[in-house]
Amino acid sequence: MKRRLRLITCGSVDDGKSTLVGRLLYESKQIFEDQLHALRADSKRYGTQGEEIDLALLVDGLQAEREQGITIDVAYRFFATAERRFIIADTPGHEQYTRNMATAASTADLALILLDARKGVLTQTRRHTRIVAMLGVKQVLLAVNKMDLVGWSGETFENIVRDYRAFAAELGLTRVQALPVSALAGDNVTFKSRQSPWYSGATLLEHLEQAQPDHDPAQGAFRMPVQWVNRPNAEFRGYCGRIAQGRIAVGGSVSVAPSGVQARVKSILRAAADVRESEAGESVTLVLDREVDVSRGDVIAEAAQPVEASDQFEARMLWMSEKPLVAGRPYLLKFHSREVGGSITHIKYRVDVNSGAQLAAKSLALNEIGEVTVSIDRPVAFEPYQQNRRLGAFIVVDRLTNETAGAGMLAFALRRASNIHWQALSVSKDARAALKMQRPCCLWFTGLSGAGKSTIADLLEKRLHADGRHTYLLDGDNVRHGLNRDLGFTEADRVENIRRVAEVAKLMVDAGLLVIVSFISPFRAERAQARALFQPGEFYEVFVDTPLAECERRDPKGLYGKARRGELKNFTGIDSAYEKPEAPDVRLDTASASPTQAVEQILAKLDRPSGAT
Amino acid sequence: MAIDPILAELEAESIEIFREAIATSPKPVMLYSIGKDSSVMLRLAQKAFAPGPLPFPLLHIDTTWKFREMIAFRDRMAREAGFRLLVHTNREGLAEGINPFTHGSERYTDVMKTVALRQALDSLGFELAFGGARRDEEKSRAKERVFSFRAKGHRWDPKAQRPELWNLYNTRINPGESIRVFPLSNWTEGDVWQYIEQERIPIVPLYFAKPRPVVKRSNQWIMVDDERLPLEKGEKPEMRTVRFRTLGCYPLTAAIESPAATVADIVRETLAARTSERQGRLIDHDGAGSMERKKQEGYF
Repeated sequence: MKRRLRLITCGSVDDGKSTLVGRLLYESKQIFEDQLHALRADSKRYGTQGEEIDLALLVDGLQAEREQGITIDVAYRFFATAERRFIIADTPGHEQYTRNMATAASTADLALILLDARKGVLTQTRRHTRIVAMLGVKQVLLAVNKMDLVGWSGETFENIVRDYRAFAAELGLTRVQALPVSALAGDNVTFKSRQSPWYSGATLLEHLEQAQPDHDPAQGAFRMPVQWVNRPNAEFRGYCGRIAQGRIAVGGSVSVAPSGVQARVKSILRAAADVRESEAGESVTLVLDREVDVSRGDVIAEAAQPVEASDQFEARMLWMSEKPLVAGRPYLLKFHSREVGGSITHIKYRVDVNSGAQLAAKSLALNEIGEVTVSIDRPVAFEPYQQNRRLGAFIVVDRLTNETAGAGMLAFALRRASNIHWQALSVSKDARAALKMQRPCCLWFTGLSGAGKSTIADLLEKRLHADGRHTYLLDGDNVRHGLNRDLGFTEADRVENIRRVAEVAKLMVDAGLLVIVSFISPFRAERAQARALFQPGEFYEVFVDTPLAECERRDPKGLYGKARRGELKNFTGIDSAYEKPEAPDVRLDTASASPTQAVEQILAKLDRPSGAT
Repeated sequence: MAIDPILAELEAESIEIFREAIATSPKPVMLYSIGKDSSVMLRLAQKAFAPGPLPFPLLHIDTTWKFREMIAFRDRMAREAGFRLLVHTNREGLAEGINPFTHGSERYTDVMKTVALRQALDSLGFELAFGGARRDEEKSRAKERVFSFRAKGHRWDPKAQRPELWNLYNTRINPGESIRVFPLSNWTEGDVWQYIEQERIPIVPLYFAKPRPVVKRSNQWIMVDDERLPLEKGEKPEMRTVRFRTLGCYPLTAAIESPAATVADIVRETLAARTSERQGRLIDHDGAGSMERKKQEGYF
């Protein structure tokens, strides 16, 4: 039997997509009698086909979907004919479900795209095609549905197909086949319709049975990401993974990326059995002939054709979270089997998913697609996505909620970082600090506007100065007059604002100073990123904890009033979030402590490194 | 026997899923329900970690209403295969005498299965649990992820599932949250039986046809496994050659009339079947969307 074919179905509610999938299942006898019985009951309750069975209800599995008559989430359906077996990923067609369609497309061999013969190629058809092409699906089967409603006109069909082919070619989709169908009655789905004598091609089912995978993953150089190192005892050390491409045999020379170390394959376990060779798609355990340092996330590759590794990339990104993508914000990124910290450093442009137009963008919202640059904190082995899905795909995970926030497809590595070398200097931070006879550090004040940050910071600097310490105070408002005067108050600008200040503070600590930073800095992720720039014990997060109501009552700059009147947008605490520190090094309760007492509290803490209690 | 390429691909995928889970979770467990799917899952796990032992224990939620042959099989497998077996029963439910007859199948399932499972996972601190569910079993399962995120209290929110692209499973959780992992997601009932045949995997004898004492209720054959089954007026157990397509609590699991006495017979029968395997599961008929609701509450 042939390999299973995985296909994605794309189309909107009214195109009859669920009906078509239901019809495929029904006609290929994949609907059991008890399911049919339940379907009859459901059809009466939710169906749209009167007394007829509503096949769409077979596919819409969630209660909300049946009630609203729409598909919300991807459903994986199985069916088989005598020729072949199939997995259908049935997906919703609305723009608000772009991420669900991308999910289904990510593992599909072929896209079945439906459109309504009365309407032709619509914006949504273009959107669906663009998404499947981006996810690397190379084959399209275009089903022009509801042919019965256009009198089975061959001319209408030809016009639609011509339009579609022209568009698909722009996206590089060359393997497009088209056919006229009526999903409701089954014409040209499972049987050749007498209504379309002008159509001599295969039925939909025959097309699916005969579809060839676009390439054989066993061809090409050997690549295997290491998923897990199996060390049950001192004698055995095996590298487990699923072969992403090519073949490997006992005795073969391999090179490990990113380290570049080389070895030969001593033995191969496929599942639990010893084999001489193995190929793409198989889960194996490789034992190498010498002790080398290989860990999860490395890629074992053919020695003659090693894999490239990099820490900076250009990539295509689909955003999937309600919280927009903000350039510069730290995220977790997962590539094949490696999880690393990193960020999207720059959004080059956003792609209008309907028109393909490239638009300027500072952030990406839910379901938006963009071309971005990615920077990660250590190199990862990769290949361009359009060459190798397994080695070119990554997901972006939110550090706080752990939700899967984005999906990326690597295009190529950027070489900028490797051309700028770190200049080693002779006078060190320790030497500078010793001259000043102090331990440099960064005191990072965070809190709402009007919480008292500036007042306490100012008082603290006065005390330190009087004690003969070398200090500097970076104040949020003051920095915005100079260094950061090009930045506004959008989320993206706020992230950049903090990034720059953190870097400046780091330079000043390097110079040997006690640096006080007084910034609202509302987001946990950015404060964590600032902390990460410093050595352990150098960074103190000082939370000036004043309730919102109290800050608003004080309103020293009249800003809360303005924000409440709608004259000031993105104001922290009003229409922009403030994420409280979960474990600050110092928490100042301004309701019970005076500014002088607050300063004493900080000084007491300063005698100990941060993190110690 | 020649290796079927489709089974080979499914096996490779399941092994990949097992390894990914183990590489990323500090405290995994495998839910062992003793049935055919659990038996296949166990074999796949053994292959994934060979030549080492299983890096996690197996957990059985014992409702005390399982077929006796299931329990005997479970204990024999634990001895022979040498895995670590944990058994948990909801003691409070047992003390209250919760049973499928007086309390109804829905309440009984909630207390003795769903609540029991939550108790076990919480008290033992497991953050990741493997389960044998397949997408072809039921409509709401067709929509579930391979790595299925559960919020605090083990709740499944079908509308807030994490997108799952490629083979890049998001395994990250915060304290109190957990992940259910389904290595058999893409297997069908037919695949499971063919794999059992190919690999000669031992299964509970209840799957094979044999004369057994049964009574007919709502057009379903219920086996009289022990004296606790209350016989209704006029009901008299009769001997019929029956077998089970799926195994659970005996009062809630109907037998089918079938002569299939070997795995090869079962494979033939399954591939020609015109009813779904869950047809014999009485709890699935507890009302429209009943499985979706049970899952939201933490059922597997």
